[in-house]
Amino acid sequence: MTEIVTLISAGLLLIGSAFTLVASIGLLRLPDVYTRMHAASKAGTMGSCLMLIALAIHSADFGTMSRALAGVVFILLTAPVSSHLLAKAAYTVGYRLHASSVRDEMAPQDKQ
Amino acid sequence: MIGVETIFDYAVTTTLGVLCLSFLVTIYRIVKGPTLPDRILGLDMLVLIAIGFIAVIGIKTGYALYVDVAIALGLVGFLATVAFARFVLSRGKTEDDILTEAREAASTARREAKLRARPSGGNPGSAPHPGAGQTGGETNP
Repeated sequence: MTEIVTLISAGLLLIGSAFTLVASIGLLRLPDVYTRMHAASKAGTMGSCLMLIALAIHSADFGTMSRALAGVVFILLTAPVSSHLLAKAAYTVGYRLHASSVRDEMAPQDKQ
Repeated sequence: MIGVETIFDYAVTTTLGVLCLSFLVTIYRIVKGPTLPDRILGLDMLVLIAIGFIAVIGIKTGYALYVDVAIALGLVGFLATVAFARFVLSRGKTEDDILTEAREAASTARREAKLRARPSGGNPGSAPHPGAGQTGGETNP
């Protein structure tokens, strides 16, 4: 039983680090701030949540497990809020979308 | 037959290496990032990677106290991103940002012109509209 838990924890660690690496590669490669936000906010949240879940199931202790899961819930609640706030601020100030963007739903209607 | 503990040690070491790699890539984006929102986004990502580091170190050493550090770091990162977003909103666009955008639009147009000059280069269906980045005046109120 302990071996199975250890193996699951190791697998979660590897998957979480892979998600984090994908998020940072997306941060490096995507063209403008909005698409980079799409990479960092989703895949990065997934990566760190998976690593915290690995800590929770590795530590076979109710207090540690509940705190780690509370941390997961906290990250899941705050990461979309902060990303959305940053995107809205950047759009309001006037940072443009990349030229290869095909749709801008928030553009003023009389300009089309 | 390899023991489970050996596999787990290898997994922890690999995770630390991959996290180091993504940390460096994110730092490159923060240093290079053309505008301020890019850098704030890199900072947010850096906090997430640091939470992952703390979780891995907590597993490796067995100290349960690292979980509290991870939660506190997440709180600080969230507040920092919110405060930076408010700062972006109140600062507005600077001349530096406008210069950077003009430079990027020029380099995109140059790349497209090169692509078009080449015979049958690229597929025409997915080519972005030329000059879509620099048409229209400033929409800054």
